[in-house]
Amino acid sequence: MSSEFSPADLVVRGLTKSYDGHTPVLRGIDFAVPAGQRVALIGANGAGKSTLLRCCMYLIRPDAGEVDLCGIRLEGLSASKLRAVRSQIGFVFQKHNLVPRLSALSNVLHGAVSRTGLGRAWFQGLASDALRSEAMHCLQRVGLAHVALQRADKLSGGQSQRIAIARALMQRPRLIVADEPAASLDPVAGDEVMALFSQLVRVEGLTMIFTSHDLTHALKYADRIVALRGGAVVLDAPCSGLDVTTLRALYE
Amino acid sequence: MSDALDVPGRSSLPDRFDRISAGAFIAYLVVLAFFIWSVQKTGVSISDLIGGIPQMGRLIGEMLPPSTARLEAVAWALLETFQMAFVGTVVGVILSVPIAVLATPHLSPHPVFYHIARNLIAFFRTVPDLVWALLFVVSVGLGPFAGTLAIVIDKIGFCGRFFAEAMEEADRGPQEALSAMGAGRFSLIMCSVFPAAMPSFINTSLFSLEKATRSSVILGLVGAGGIGIELKVAMDLFNYDEAATIILAIFALVVLVERVSSFLRKKTL
Repeated sequence: MSSEFSPADLVVRGLTKSYDGHTPVLRGIDFAVPAGQRVALIGANGAGKSTLLRCCMYLIRPDAGEVDLCGIRLEGLSASKLRAVRSQIGFVFQKHNLVPRLSALSNVLHGAVSRTGLGRAWFQGLASDALRSEAMHCLQRVGLAHVALQRADKLSGGQSQRIAIARALMQRPRLIVADEPAASLDPVAGDEVMALFSQLVRVEGLTMIFTSHDLTHALKYADRIVALRGGAVVLDAPCSGLDVTTLRALYE
Repeated sequence: MSDALDVPGRSSLPDRFDRISAGAFIAYLVVLAFFIWSVQKTGVSISDLIGGIPQMGRLIGEMLPPSTARLEAVAWALLETFQMAFVGTVVGVILSVPIAVLATPHLSPHPVFYHIARNLIAFFRTVPDLVWALLFVVSVGLGPFAGTLAIVIDKIGFCGRFFAEAMEEADRGPQEALSAMGAGRFSLIMCSVFPAAMPSFINTSLFSLEKATRSSVILGLVGAGGIGIELKVAMDLFNYDEAATIILAIFALVVLVERVSSFLRKKTL
């Protein structure tokens, strides 16, 4: 539940980005995500959704504009300070991006690497009991404690994405950023992943911004929708007044 | 009959070969001329080859049966040969890893380190191991240590290159995930690049152990330790039956190492 005065976890002002110098992918984006809110970012392929999410983390440097992440202005931060800010954000990708040859548990432990240092979180066999138990708790929250020691490449797509969420939880994040987290999953697994996100966000009071091509997901699992078209925000409204037909019209 | 009229005449058939340009024709002629000249310079002669057959037969006759007189000494030399290869490979592989990280474009901390590492690896690889052995014999003296050092350098040239390629090809997704979590470069390499490249590291290392075993046999010829010196002495003293024993022993060692290594490589995949 977001109160009116809660500080924003993510503020973006006048963000522009072009990969080749003359075709803008983002042209002056402004929006803010208040703490505790769930925001869905929608738009056609090439509208700039993924670029926007990556610019919000400075995984891609924007050409101009400001990003405040968890209350910290990213521009001009040293590499180590930028890493410290990123460590508070759980980024979940379309592809789970787990390390395939390591166990689920080791992958989850990696979520703690920037907090505890490499030595403690590199490999589950070398981690402390406290850290191992925290990682097991993260696995429990996504319902996968029973596959802790299985290799990541032996898991199904839906399980892998849930392990990736457990890894994000291991970061003890304030904000979850998810780039089409359900797009490469079958409809049932996709719904499970989105429902899991939604529940975690509600129970733990996290903030979340996710992109999706599934308009029913966007309406069902977000509080607010921000739509991009040609690199600009064309709609920014609470879900309550929106329906699929209205949203679909934005793609035409 | 109208069908027959449609059959293309000989003159309208497509060309059998591409026409070659005058430049390409001259290039072919130059290569052919160089080959003929090289045959003359290298003294390739069918009559010498035929004349040498009885001599070769005599040599084989003197090799049989292989001598068992110095079997124990040969066995120890063989063990030393493999130990050189083993130590040289292990040390070389360990030293290759950090150099290969510097030589991987997206992992290298700075382009200067990248170019230094790349050129070092290329230099180590292009100079033959026998030349390294000669240099180390002069600097650390005759014996297996010189040969081991030559193998270490040779392995850095070999593994450094393949390790860097394996790390460059490793899936970038998990690496991006680690960066997004705020992990530094070293954590990223340890958590996502090494696990992804590990099967390739192991394969390359086993393959380079095979290669090192073969080259450690030769290094003895320049006094850098191992069984090569035994072979040279036996040949120089016309003890061909003893030379035969040594050659068979080398063959057995190389085959054994290759078999074990290919068995282990299958297991890692």
